[in-house]
Amino acid sequence: MAEIPVIDPERCDGCGLCVGVCHLNGLTIVSDIVTFIEAVECDWCTDCEIVCPTGAISCPFEIIIQAVETR
Amino acid sequence: MAVQLELLKGILYFSGLDRTELESIRKLIFEKTAGRAEMVLLEGESAANLYFVASGVVKVFKTSAEGKEQILSIVRPGESFNDVPVFDGGPNPASARAMGPVLLYGIAKNDMAAILLEHPHIATNVVKALARRVRHLIALVEDLSFRHVIGRVAKILFEQAGDGTVGGHRLTQQEMAAMAGTAREVVGRSLKELEEEGAIKLDRHRIIITDERALQRIMEASS
Repeated sequence: MAEIPVIDPERCDGCGLCVGVCHLNGLTIVSDIVTFIEAVECDWCTDCEIVCPTGAISCPFEIIIQAVETR
Repeated sequence: MAVQLELLKGILYFSGLDRTELESIRKLIFEKTAGRAEMVLLEGESAANLYFVASGVVKVFKTSAEGKEQILSIVRPGESFNDVPVFDGGPNPASARAMGPVLLYGIAKNDMAAILLEHPHIATNVVKALARRVRHLIALVEDLSFRHVIGRVAKILFEQAGDGTVGGHRLTQQEMAAMAGTAREVVGRSLKELEEEGAIKLDRHRIIITDERALQRIMEASS
């Protein structure tokens, strides 16, 4: 399954700012909580994280060192 | 759609005003909409209006001669932008772009001057809003001018990197900013610069260190 941003439903107040900024239309509000639409492949632009006023949505990066043979 | 009184109440500039005062101000406000990624203001143009975000989010930013973007602020509902040129008469100091569909409430420069004359207590709210903005910009200037943030971001990447075979700790840009003692906006720019230097590659949810030596050099040069 494709990686998706992390949503903390406890913090989400359902304001919907993230829904408006997602250029892939990958977010929606269900029962006052933001939800990711699984069919959408997130490109990790992090705009949803930037605009969230409560810190309910985050886009963590995995930091890895590229193996020498794959460089 | 008519300008909503409830939304006006939530704007810092108009905090504490009674219904009659808000009604008189409402008559001077016009609506403007913009779609995702649409430019709302261009840096250098003459400023005609002050804007409040009624819904959606606007990004205020400057662009360097090389095309690099530096975010100055993210403007959410209830907050204003383009205040400075409306009050000092100069051109727009920065550009503004809608991050998604936005509804803006605008007030023409002359009308804002008239509002301040008619409701002088609004001036206290304006001073508070501008002071908050100045504080944020002072912190940003400090980060951009005096600190070698790129080196600290490079160090964090080094320290936090795994080999990709096990599920290691993952970091958001906000967490990296907290660790580097800087603003999130500066971390975003530092990552782009590290990528341009060929030290890392941003691959969706992954930051791949592609050149450890280059990253080390940047880290040492900035310390």
